[in-house]
Amino acid sequence: MTATAAPATVSRPARTPGAHIGPDWRNGLFIVPFLIVYLGLLIYPLFWGMWISLQQYDMFDQSAIFAGFANFKRLMGDGIFLGTVRNTFLFVLMTVPAFVIIGLALALALNREGRTGATLRAVFFGASVLSVTIVTIIWKMMYLPGIGLISRALGVVGIAPIPFLTSQNMALPAIAATTVWWIIGLPMMLFLAALQQIPGELYEAAALDSAGRWRTLWSITLPSITRTLVVVVIYEIVAQFQLFGQTLLLTQGGPNNSSRSIVLFIYETGFRDWNLGYAAAASEILFLLMAVAAMVQYIASRRREA
Amino acid sequence: MSSIEIDRVSKRFGPVEVISELSLRIESGEFIAFLGASGCGKTTLLRMIAGLETINSGEIRIGGERVDHLPPGARGVAMVFQHYALYPHMTIYDNMAFGLRNIGAARPLIDQRVQQAAKILEIEPLLARKPGQLSGGQRQRVAIGRALVKDPKAFLFDEPLSNLDAALRVRTRVELARLHQQTRATTIFVTHDQVEAMTLAGRIVVMNNRKIEQIGTPMEIYGRPASEFVARFVGSPAMNFLPVSVAGQGGRALLALASGAQLQTNIALEDLPSGEPMRLGIRAEAIRLDSEGSLPGKVEVVERLGDRTHLHVRLADDSTLIAEDVGHSRAAPGDSVNLRIDPDQAHLFDAQGRGYRAAAEARS
Repeated sequence: MTATAAPATVSRPARTPGAHIGPDWRNGLFIVPFLIVYLGLLIYPLFWGMWISLQQYDMFDQSAIFAGFANFKRLMGDGIFLGTVRNTFLFVLMTVPAFVIIGLALALALNREGRTGATLRAVFFGASVLSVTIVTIIWKMMYLPGIGLISRALGVVGIAPIPFLTSQNMALPAIAATTVWWIIGLPMMLFLAALQQIPGELYEAAALDSAGRWRTLWSITLPSITRTLVVVVIYEIVAQFQLFGQTLLLTQGGPNNSSRSIVLFIYETGFRDWNLGYAAAASEILFLLMAVAAMVQYIASRRREA
Repeated sequence: MSSIEIDRVSKRFGPVEVISELSLRIESGEFIAFLGASGCGKTTLLRMIAGLETINSGEIRIGGERVDHLPPGARGVAMVFQHYALYPHMTIYDNMAFGLRNIGAARPLIDQRVQQAAKILEIEPLLARKPGQLSGGQRQRVAIGRALVKDPKAFLFDEPLSNLDAALRVRTRVELARLHQQTRATTIFVTHDQVEAMTLAGRIVVMNNRKIEQIGTPMEIYGRPASEFVARFVGSPAMNFLPVSVAGQGGRALLALASGAQLQTNIALEDLPSGEPMRLGIRAEAIRLDSEGSLPGKVEVVERLGDRTHLHVRLADDSTLIAEDVGHSRAAPGDSVNLRIDPDQAHLFDAQGRGYRAAAEARS
């Protein structure tokens, strides 16, 4: 069957001058407010930082001399800076897997209805809202040799007090433990939200398919929350590379630089030694490290998913 | 294939008893449907057989072996879920192989079973895909395939057709019937759709308010409903109900309708409770247009279904009946007509909803 439309004369309504639908440069005006904020607060500082990193910039007399890659060259030979890179990497390696494993374990354990589950979820998340100063005061007391809670607990089972914050080997792990205790709530909540998205029927089908507890976790739960897993890992990599407050307040980077992080190094170089060019160069290296680490994780997870 | 026995099973959710002392025997190879409105307990009963719900008392036996304490995977049953419940991150092949892998089946056996099921269900080209890339009908086949590969003692279907569109539902229904003829597998099919139950099942268990109302073949359920609930629930259009008073004539019930018309039935008077208000139940096909008919009325709505016509007729006492006429019925809204009720197809229901009808041999 074919239908032929009778030619119709359409009388166009009189147009309001200037009003029409379609591409127009004025449509772009809608994004201008955002663009101003984005360019002014993100792109401009980013490139300005890069520019500063190429200069010998002295905040005292406000003098700046273009120095090319001299700052970067000097950083590569700076034992203290390289030490902070090593420390920061170690810190990320200690905390990120802990966030994933402990966060997921807590989420699995607390993914239940009822008052107990809700209370425990609130308790674990509660620590995340504390400020870093409160957290470090609490943990400084916990770690005190002799009279701290941990020392006393160890004393009960006959272990000599461990000087957590003043031992070169223990300072960084102690800061890592504090950090995990502090903000484990967020990954836990993200995992909980993901777990609650998994349809219950999948677990019932798995039960009928004779899948045991581990098989169900491995074959049903984990593949269902891959996206959240990737988000948590990338977010935590970016966040933990920026270790600063805990180490400043607990150990000031000591003993013997064993817990000095890159951000602490940048802070000290820029705001204590007033050597802004050198600090900016260190910032650029940190930026690069974070971008590469997050990218590698993202690509790896994409490949696994495909 | 195995029989399934449900022996005085009860189930409580907190203080609410959702199944009470229910007993039922499903024969080996039988296709049985649990039919009822939502909330009647049919899905709970199915889930108790599957092991997805615990039972509070009673016993469930599959193939003579008590299973109510076993986990779902150890009961030897396979279930097809309403929303398919396919594992979204696994390929279709892996979806079907998952259960066999978990019980440590040998790889060649798994492959053979999956290929065989895929062939029966015509999903061979889909094996490498993931559920997200499949249409609803294809997913349904995969869900059936996943049950098939396990070679289970019984198949449990939980409203498997309710997510399909009307045309696909009819087609899948026929395929399920064919599949059952091929496999002769013990099958329990939960549905709220009486057409699915009537067309697929060898026997139907009609459930209402957490109890079994009637168990019977589709034609027993349709032709000899044990209760008013069954009579209303099964059949389309729904059975007509009219208040009647009962008098006796030669030991048979003589019914007086509110409009004054009388109907001599073959229902034995001695079976009926005396002094109770009774209701006459009569299906549309037992009410015909007849110029000699004793029941005058006025046609209000004419529903043409092609092969037959349903006439909604208002009687003198203001009650309405649905009568059936031929496909090319000449009746039109507003017509005055006379109706004749076939007394052999009359059902009587007492105040409790219990059904009575003429014994088969008493029909004239």
